[in-house]
Amino acid sequence: MKNRYGLKRGPHPRLQSFWDARAAGNFIGGGTGTGLLIIAALLSVLGEPVPALPILGLAGVAFGLIMVGLEIGRPWRAINVLFNPGTSWMTREAYVAIPVFLFGGTGILFDGTVLGNNAIVLAGVSAAGYLYCQMKMLEAAKGIPSWCEPALKAYIPVTGMAEGLGIALCVPAVNASSIALSALALLLLLRAFLWFRYVAALHRKGAPAKTCAVIDAVRWPYVLLGHLLPILLLWLALLLSSSVPVVLAGLLAASAGWYVKIVIITRAAQTRGFAIPRTPIRGRGESRVLNNR
Amino acid sequence: MTRYVMVADLQRCVGCQTCTAACKSANATLPGVQWRRVMDIEVGEYPDVQRVYLPTGCQHCADAPCETVCPTKATYTRDDGIVMVNYDRCIGCGYCAVACPYDARYKVDEKNFAYGEEPMPHEEQRFNEKMIGVMQKCTFCADVIDAGTAKGLTPGVDPEATPACVNSCISGALIFGDGEDPDSPASQALEKSESFRMHEDAETDSGFYYIWSNNPEDAG
Repeated sequence: MKNRYGLKRGPHPRLQSFWDARAAGNFIGGGTGTGLLIIAALLSVLGEPVPALPILGLAGVAFGLIMVGLEIGRPWRAINVLFNPGTSWMTREAYVAIPVFLFGGTGILFDGTVLGNNAIVLAGVSAAGYLYCQMKMLEAAKGIPSWCEPALKAYIPVTGMAEGLGIALCVPAVNASSIALSALALLLLLRAFLWFRYVAALHRKGAPAKTCAVIDAVRWPYVLLGHLLPILLLWLALLLSSSVPVVLAGLLAASAGWYVKIVIITRAAQTRGFAIPRTPIRGRGESRVLNNR
Repeated sequence: MTRYVMVADLQRCVGCQTCTAACKSANATLPGVQWRRVMDIEVGEYPDVQRVYLPTGCQHCADAPCETVCPTKATYTRDDGIVMVNYDRCIGCGYCAVACPYDARYKVDEKNFAYGEEPMPHEEQRFNEKMIGVMQKCTFCADVIDAGTAKGLTPGVDPEATPACVNSCISGALIFGDGEDPDSPASQALEKSESFRMHEDAETDSGFYYIWSNNPEDAG
């Protein structure tokens, strides 16, 4: 029964109510932002720096952190988040955010200089660390089977990179070369593979039925709209030498990734429920083995 | 080394919810918050079905995922194994709640009382503003344990040093004590029976045991 406070706590898995779309915003902004920063770093290494990318990347990461700030119950104590670097991936994410902004900001301020280019490279390395922290944050959420599922680990950085590259290709200054388009197509193929692997793992390991139902409902639309269609558009772009399909493909790749993050965080986030492997049968002096979740 | 644990005898629990009420009274938790809960679960398939009453709450794990993930160190484990929350330090991020395999944590964002905004006298007296916007959970009545042990009393044996839920249990289904002391009521109960801990796959080393049989032959 759902009470007037919205807390529905029964014996069966229930949808967690602690992290909502604001928390998903952290994974969206953080994932895409760090993806952009990593691509900015790669372009800097290749000698083709695009100043807009680190700006967009930092804006994405900042958006995610602001979302977290809006989610917590005591935002004025937010600095306390730095107290547990020993074991908490949330603390580690907060610490890694410091070099991300430090190097990213330096790169933007000293754009076009050696210092600026090196700073962008370091921002990209830090961003990779930030993305890694996000991956580990979900893995440590042992109360939510769909989050701590090991098959989700590889998916998080790959979708971050795909989202980042998708947005990067929408920036006019970015050279949408055949290599860049192929890279996005490969990332999307990899993301689709990891997505299927994740969905299969949820079913195989007996994730809550509601979790599986929610994920199943988006499984194919996500693959078609977030992978197949963008890849077709990228192929069309190569064929027609047009930038419009590239922008569409990039936006689809990124927005589909964002949508699935919202689904995973806010809708496919059922708890484990209560497992009783064995129970007595009152009055009979017997017991029975159960196989429930 | 002391490690307080709780034991719930599923053969004895009748689902009366007296422990739930005692907990709410003793800890003055706000509406919607139940540090001690008793699940009423139907198991089996028709026609062979039965009800199971499952007391649950914070399992005071030795390897508590909530403590591991807490970014502020607000969640900590005392020397006696009780997992606590420092309300002054917690930022209410909810990470501990999604890390807990036992769904044992709560967060109340707005002050609210049993009959709306106006508190009853006992609610007014015991309301703790510090607990708004931060995480909260069962403390094994650590304040009672501390006061009791300071007087030389034994938790699990002497009511003045024992959690409210255990004291109130009408059927003796809830048992408390030092899991490291072989003579404690909890250790004694576990030694004479077959038991399990929930979600062993989460590797939390839970401090909450469920007895399902007093017959060792049932274990096979």
